Amino acid sequence: MRHFLDIARLNHEELTHILDTAKSFTSVDGQTVKKVPLLRGKTIVNLFFEPSTRTRTTFELAAKRLSADVLNISVATSATVKGESLLDTLFSLQAMNTDTFIVRHPESGAADFIAKHVAPHVSIINAGDGRHAHPTQALLDVFTIREHHQDFSRLRVAIVGDILHSRVARSQIEALNILDTREIRVIAPRTLLPANVEQLGVRVFQNCWQGLRDVDVIIMLRLQKERMQGAFIPSEHEYFQLYGLTPERLALASPDAIVMHPGPINRGVEISSEVADGPQSMILQQVKYGIAVRMAILSIAISPGERGAGHET
Amino acid sequence: MKLEILNGHLVDPANDMDQVADVFMADGKIAAVNKPPVAWEADHTINAANKLVLPGLVELSASLRQPGQEHKATIRTETKAAAAAGITSLACLPTTSPVVDSPAQVELIEQLSQDSGHCRVHVIGALTKGLKGENLSEMAALKAAGCAGVTNVLHPLKSSLVLRRALEYASSQALTVFTYPLDHDLANHGCVHEGLTSLRLGLPGIPAAAETAALAVHLALIEELNVRTHFCRLTTQRAVSMIARARDDKLPVTADTSILHLFLTDQDIQDFDGLCHNLPPYRTKLDREGLRMGVRDGTLCAICADHQPHEIEAKLAPFQSTEPGSSTLETLLPKILQLVHENIISLNEAVRRVTQQPAEILGIAAGNLSVGAHADACVVDPDQDWTLSIETLQSRGKNTPLLGHRLKGRVMHTILGGKPVFQLETG
Repeated sequence: MRHFLDIARLNHEELTHILDTAKSFTSVDGQTVKKVPLLRGKTIVNLFFEPSTRTRTTFELAAKRLSADVLNISVATSATVKGESLLDTLFSLQAMNTDTFIVRHPESGAADFIAKHVAPHVSIINAGDGRHAHPTQALLDVFTIREHHQDFSRLRVAIVGDILHSRVARSQIEALNILDTREIRVIAPRTLLPANVEQLGVRVFQNCWQGLRDVDVIIMLRLQKERMQGAFIPSEHEYFQLYGLTPERLALASPDAIVMHPGPINRGVEISSEVADGPQSMILQQVKYGIAVRMAILSIAISPGERGAGHET
Repeated sequence: MKLEILNGHLVDPANDMDQVADVFMADGKIAAVNKPPVAWEADHTINAANKLVLPGLVELSASLRQPGQEHKATIRTETKAAAAAGITSLACLPTTSPVVDSPAQVELIEQLSQDSGHCRVHVIGALTKGLKGENLSEMAALKAAGCAGVTNVLHPLKSSLVLRRALEYASSQALTVFTYPLDHDLANHGCVHEGLTSLRLGLPGIPAAAETAALAVHLALIEELNVRTHFCRLTTQRAVSMIARARDDKLPVTADTSILHLFLTDQDIQDFDGLCHNLPPYRTKLDREGLRMGVRDGTLCAICADHQPHEIEAKLAPFQSTEPGSSTLETLLPKILQLVHENIISLNEAVRRVTQQPAEILGIAAGNLSVGAHADACVVDPDQDWTLSIETLQSRGKNTPLLGHRLKGRVMHTILGGKPVFQLETG
């Protein structure tokens, strides 16, 4: 595996290999010296064309715990609206003999585009591109689920909220499908569902009370504040009334259901504080597991032993 | 100069010709067909045995990029590419910089085209000033300068009221409006068809309704105002049936689609390939079948290349940031012949869609080999297999999703005004 661009290109075996590798890294997290020398001498660039706190920091920590050197670069997108300057930015960083770019970009397909044009020795990790994919987030989500429920073929998973604009949801659905999840549900008003969404292999609900019944996992998505302007929903208030996760709604799910959210959360918009801070909430564990999962992906993509053994994507 | 093309298979739909026949040209006109004029002695002879002899093709939509975008292409490079494609008349769009909304711009383009001398160029002027969709351009002046019609291309009009006024005013000046039916609010800056591909790739989609809703508004106005209108680049099956109904109702409308829309679908946008970025977008297989049936039954009476040459960098970006459009002049004829091979349409009707009918839509004297007409023709080897490559493309724009594709049928000679302007180099 040279590049890590989306979930769709993984098969069941590769996906579980990443999860298993991540599991082995969770122990590093608990040690007093939280470092392994796997990527010593490697240079990893966090190349972010869009603001991010937790994805960037967890990637940075993951890289540092693997003993790599890390460079953080935030590029204002206004300066790189043209593709040629995106490539120019890339080529100049590549000239510094860097090994890996972790890329976040507001446009769908940006990571694919960059992967097509970098030098053969450089790996690209997609840290979120437009509405297309956020594969590392999806992997840490299924990792979190697996820590609680081993057998995906028995699970009902509901993803609630702005599916239309969500790269996270797309990647989660792909990962859950690869793991043969029993049922994947999406729950949202029609305005926040992409056309033909059922073709992704999901059951569509527009009503929370029906959609949450008997599910084992609830994934809440962040509602961007600007969705009111686009006439997607009338108000945060009505959205919370219809789709917000409250203790009453959580009670519809199976008793040992877990609640997840890719963050950052909007309290009182998509999730109530009682639920977000409650015993079934895995929101902080997700962040913690994010480091181990990203260590797994970086080590598989970069470490010399794996190079050539895996497939080129 | 006297030129003769002998022994070729002449296909001239305007004159119901579909047989082996000789063509004789003198003083820039067709002097005779079949039998030579009295005391004929040619200066130049083309032996067209086993070749097709067609009227020079007429292209409804080519962006020549000059003035203002010479880094993409120039009038000289693109008219030379047209000649290599067997095209002897083309209509160019007002999307230059500055926009063609005044007679001075029209005159400049005509002058540069004449200097180049590879193809007849007809200018379609801007419908509104600066293509901004608010104030009407000086259409009478544009017409006097030689414009074949007016269009706002894919730039939105401010309101349906501006559309109404523009259609009315253009009809007062006897100018055909070339309109692109697209509801820009519904399109909402989308870059692909809203469907499986937009879902899978997370790209903003343009619903089919963005085309049909705009088309419905246009047709309602045309029914009330009775104004001559040509619809450019239809992409959906439903739009084709709406045009068919309008034509049954005797509304003064015509419509075309582009050659690539007859072959590509949204499924071809694999891995964010910017070369497949086009506006209006490639749609579903069902839509493509609808377009093909529309071409077959004549609802879509013309097929165009919709030529949009770009510099290489225009396609070197994430999909949404690439510039839409393809360099297509030189694939028009082989792809038209492919429609014939696939039994979508007869050879005679296929040729009509790229000669007689676009000429009628533009209201120009072209697209036929009648005695006394401009001696514009091309000679085509229908059996030659070749591969489209950056090297074979004459256009400065190398941006086409058909790069590397095998094509069948190749232009061997192009004659403009009785003089050879292109001859395929055989090596």
